[in-house]
Amino acid sequence: METIDFKNAAELLELCSRHQWMISDVMKQRECDLSEVPMDQICHQMKHVLDIMKQSAAAPLKTPVKSMGGLIGGESRKLELHRNRGKNICGNILGRGIACAMAVLEVNASMGVIVAAPTAGSAGIVPGLLLALQQEYHISDDRMVDALFNAGAVGYLAMRNATVAGAVGGCQAETGVAAAMAASAAVELMGGEPCQSLSAASTVLMNMLGLVCDPVGGLVEYPCQNRNASGVANALIAAEIALSGIRQLIPFDEMLDTMYQVGKRIPYELRETALGGCAVSPSGCRFCH
Amino acid sequence: MSFISVFDVLGPNMIGPSSSHTAGACAIAYLAQKMKSGVLREVEFTLYGSFAKTYRGHGTDRALLGGIMGFATDDVRIRDSFEIAEERGIVFRFIPDEKETDIHPNTVDIRMVNDSGAVMTVRGESLGGGKVKIVRINQVQVDFTGEYNAVIIIQKDRPGVAAHITRILSDRNVNIAFMRLFRESRGEKAYTIVESDNRLPEDITEKLLENPNVQDVMLIQP
Repeated sequence: METIDFKNAAELLELCSRHQWMISDVMKQRECDLSEVPMDQICHQMKHVLDIMKQSAAAPLKTPVKSMGGLIGGESRKLELHRNRGKNICGNILGRGIACAMAVLEVNASMGVIVAAPTAGSAGIVPGLLLALQQEYHISDDRMVDALFNAGAVGYLAMRNATVAGAVGGCQAETGVAAAMAASAAVELMGGEPCQSLSAASTVLMNMLGLVCDPVGGLVEYPCQNRNASGVANALIAAEIALSGIRQLIPFDEMLDTMYQVGKRIPYELRETALGGCAVSPSGCRFCH
Repeated sequence: MSFISVFDVLGPNMIGPSSSHTAGACAIAYLAQKMKSGVLREVEFTLYGSFAKTYRGHGTDRALLGGIMGFATDDVRIRDSFEIAEERGIVFRFIPDEKETDIHPNTVDIRMVNDSGAVMTVRGESLGGGKVKIVRINQVQVDFTGEYNAVIIIQKDRPGVAAHITRILSDRNVNIAFMRLFRESRGEKAYTIVESDNRLPEDITEKLLENPNVQDVMLIQP
């Protein structure tokens, strides 16, 4: 039997169409084949990932904690109270999504347990959007696990063919890739085709292209937490565009390479060094000293 | 190179806030404590580059101390590792060194002293995404990631030791994925690192020590 593997999005789509599989099916089979671990064990491990995501997205909505660096803490609870008062203007999915995403960053910044997705600094986006969809549409955990494999496929391509490190490619490589993963998974969750998933992922990278990494004090807190919220919004927009049947001129493989090339041209000061951007604004600097 | 798993993308499961500054730091110390013998009494961490600049806000110090006590990267006890180390009577120190610049930006030297006074130092680099590399053991440059089942052999640089090692492993049907040899200088102390996909049998330690030129054997299994 052939070993399932792919090097780029074009090969991934080819596998989907040849086997009549969703992206999640390909990614699950690939994991089985390459790790030589049985399918039920792999799915069980992904369920554990989902459980950690749920906990980290929920805990600070009830009990806020202050971050290690002291820059954030309590934001997600404010958003949740605001939404519960019926005053929110984002609607339920986006409102929940951003609250969950910011919650995960609060847990992360206060030394709680999170799943890097694909990094710790961008860990809120995938759970944020997917858990908001789960609550709104009462989606089963099994389908959520599938969605995570779909997200994993997009993230794997970014790790393989570009970068997910802010120090190499800026914030677009972290929250941009996380949002591309979330958008692709959301499309599959809502019944879209594999090509629509990757089209959504491509849209996200386009819309977040060039975003710099400029953490105040060099800490994974601010503006990281805000950018996780904006990542959820970007993912939601891109998924909606793809699900409506709009096609993208630039395919995912090309967009990923574009993101990488742009990332390498982002000045050193704007790649996680805290030497530029928000980090050196007067208010940002005041915090450091 | 091992493949990129879906759990490298959605993972590691970790204590935040940073995969390189927290999870990676913990992973380096975790590997270091697996290499030491006896009970840890004293530990000193020298931090370089970005580690030296931002270790407090990233909890790098708590993660290193947690790792040295054998906590995994997702162990919630990391947050309280200072208190736990004190309870266990472990003396610990953190020394930021911002002068040394010719070094990977996330590097730490870990100096461990055990209950019989034996000293061991390990240098590790945190490469991002929770991936790490041990690059120095005592004064010898090495290259070791801890991703595979590994045995590290400390030996005298003498003819026949490598043959002895491969014979023992072959007798126990171990398939070697990687094998590398490092030495301080000719005729002095040398290190052999053997990595395998499968779990290594525990009793190879004894067998490897049968050769008089083999001084110490460390089994490090994920």
